[in-house]
Amino acid sequence: MAKNKKISLTIDETPLQVDAGTTIMHAAEQLGIRIPRLCYHPDLSLAGSCRVCIVDVKGMGYYMAACSSEVWEGMEVQTNSPEIRQARRDIVELLIDNHPMDCQTCERDGRCELQNLAYSLGVRARHFEGRRKRFPIELSSHSVVRDSEKCVLCGRCVRVCAEIQGVFNLSQHGRGFHTVVGPAHIANMDDSVCIQCGQCINVCPTAAFVEKRGAGPVWDALANAEMHVVVQTAPSIRAAIGEGFGLPPGTPATGQMITALRRLGFDRVFDTDFGADLTIIEEAHEFLSRLQAATEGNDECRMMNDELASQHPQSRSIHHSSFITHHSVGPLPMITSCSPGWISFLEKFYPELIPHASTCRSPMMMLSVLAKTYYAQKAGIDPKKIFMVAVMPCVAKKYEARRPEHFTADGMPYTDAVLTTRELIWMIKCYGIEFAGLPPGEFDAPLGTASGAGDLFGTTGGVMEATLRAASELITGKPADRLDYTEVRSVEGLRETYVAIGEHNIHVGVANGLTNAKILLDKVKAGREQFHVIEVMACPGGCVGGGGQPYPPEGVKVLDPDLLRRRASALYAIDGGKKLRKSYENPAIEEVYSSFLGGPGTEKAYELLHTHYHAREPRGIR
Amino acid sequence: MSTCTDNWEQVEAAAKMVLGEPIVDFIEQASAKPHPESQLIAVLHEVQSRFGYLAETHLDAVAQLMQVPAAKVVGVAGFYHFFRLKPRGKFMINVCIGTACYVKGAERIAQKIIEELGITWGETSKNGVFTLEGARCLGTCGLAPVVMIDDEIHGEVTPDQVPALLEKYLKKARE
Repeated sequence: MAKNKKISLTIDETPLQVDAGTTIMHAAEQLGIRIPRLCYHPDLSLAGSCRVCIVDVKGMGYYMAACSSEVWEGMEVQTNSPEIRQARRDIVELLIDNHPMDCQTCERDGRCELQNLAYSLGVRARHFEGRRKRFPIELSSHSVVRDSEKCVLCGRCVRVCAEIQGVFNLSQHGRGFHTVVGPAHIANMDDSVCIQCGQCINVCPTAAFVEKRGAGPVWDALANAEMHVVVQTAPSIRAAIGEGFGLPPGTPATGQMITALRRLGFDRVFDTDFGADLTIIEEAHEFLSRLQAATEGNDECRMMNDELASQHPQSRSIHHSSFITHHSVGPLPMITSCSPGWISFLEKFYPELIPHASTCRSPMMMLSVLAKTYYAQKAGIDPKKIFMVAVMPCVAKKYEARRPEHFTADGMPYTDAVLTTRELIWMIKCYGIEFAGLPPGEFDAPLGTASGAGDLFGTTGGVMEATLRAASELITGKPADRLDYTEVRSVEGLRETYVAIGEHNIHVGVANGLTNAKILLDKVKAGREQFHVIEVMACPGGCVGGGGQPYPPEGVKVLDPDLLRRRASALYAIDGGKKLRKSYENPAIEEVYSSFLGGPGTEKAYELLHTHYHAREPRGIR
Repeated sequence: MSTCTDNWEQVEAAAKMVLGEPIVDFIEQASAKPHPESQLIAVLHEVQSRFGYLAETHLDAVAQLMQVPAAKVVGVAGFYHFFRLKPRGKFMINVCIGTACYVKGAERIAQKIIEELGITWGETSKNGVFTLEGARCLGTCGLAPVVMIDDEIHGEVTPDQVPALLEKYLKKARE
């Protein structure tokens, strides 16, 4: 079939021409007709299972699903008639009759697609009340709660898990009335190959998947005068939180967010960007030591280091000349490790590549560790009296905080509670704070000073861009003439490119969405190309598309690339507007290295700021 | 890096141990064919005919050796009526409840079996000898009502004959 063959048809008596292969749903959209839908998602494969998008096609004798039916020449489509509206209403009513009627107490009340659909289609009474499916709520995971009674079997979670994340943890099990979505054997999420990314939560039209709630202990700590309650917010929170209060997507809201946190009663408001700055420096040094080890015997590399030390005597505390001392050095490429969903994926699906993962703790964990060591010492507070809260765009961070590696030897967690962006929005609303009109606040010292490079961590390519900013000066020994590396901003999900730094041509890969990451990982395994650094973020678009970010407003689809771009643009705007844009020019970082850690790559820095990973079962199938 | 983080050898060895050599060979042959994932149902048939049912461990092992996601393997196994996810008895009782048998009183025969064995549809007797299933039609309507025990057809069965019929197989099971 010729690529641009046109098909003529009529929709609601209006003639139009569309490309061959267009579905009825998309053809109708060209006329400004939005056919109601439920299981359909433009980024996922077609299911055609909910039947909400049915239309009448002349001569067919049955209603066709508009999402999965392609147009044909001379087709006459009717999208509206009393009968079609009645049929759609009946379909949704049948879904609702097998659904708990607990909207008012439901996590998604007011933001539920099923609720919105029922309203817009005119379901005002129930006519089919009968037996309802019963399943217990599954709470095993630190991140994702599965509540199958709320499931409408649209299959979006199954598809996002398989198609976008390549995890394939979910499937529909059983038949008919007894069908249930869950991991293999309907096992606990905790015993499955789930990587805790939370994209099932994002795409679920109802509340069949929600995050594990974390606000309870935070409220308790805030009400406890004995506790010194400290909060940190991830880069991407400021870019998305405004959406929860009606601000247009992409509105940076750093100042209001800080003030809101103060009003909630947090004693200190720190910036995860500080942790990101620290991560960049540790990771850049780790990268150089890997590069050095990989080219061992190569004089150029040794010279590079000597040169570096001689050219930067004034900042030796950060430009530490000896990188490899206390631990074995991993191979190239080095793969970033900030995204806990990605790390979980690595441990279950590609454990043989674990040595490639940077040993750096994530920015959240670095900040939490410093809050309970460096800050506690400086402020003269017993670390046990510090309650560390992290606001993250991510549900996997809830899991990360519970990993035993991130506890002290005597069993104290470095991060006490993790809240998603959604949970913080709710807490602010619950407290009755008028967010949009708040005066701007500033992060607290010492863990609140951050460079613009730290902000970039919230979007795909950002860790890479920030690392290149730092590495370029480390490698060349000259102030960076270049700050932006737009070529690594992997908006389409997968980027491979070369970045020239000094005499090095650094081969970088950037992936978001784990199906994209698999492509890079398989290349690493095949070994035909030598990558130097790879950045992986588990979620589409990076943290701006995280599993804990606000549900989009009605009419905007989840994971909408434009929505993600707008959130990312807020971060680029924040970075561009800062005077301080390089991590190692951050005076607070200089201070922590000189007065506490003794420099990057020291034994103390390694002990406090680095971690390890190990293979986990069940092993995922890739 | 000195420590090996790749656990594939252990995972593979454990999977092979669970399924045993004939099935592993079968999977290897199936995997050599084009579109090996389309051989999943054939492999599940093979596993069921060897073990009588598909245990979770079997399904996980099939997933690993075929490299088909476990959620998919289990989803397929659970969808088809033929596949059994619970252990079955030594003998499979299939009471035909197709139209002809139903009209001729299959329900009463089934009821008698249920009373005798103390189990219901889909269950296995405590002694592990019988599993009771209903069949829609066995294609032998001329003999209705029909009870099939393993591969043997018993036609024109009456409820009174049920105890003796079961006893016959119990005896076989004891041998």
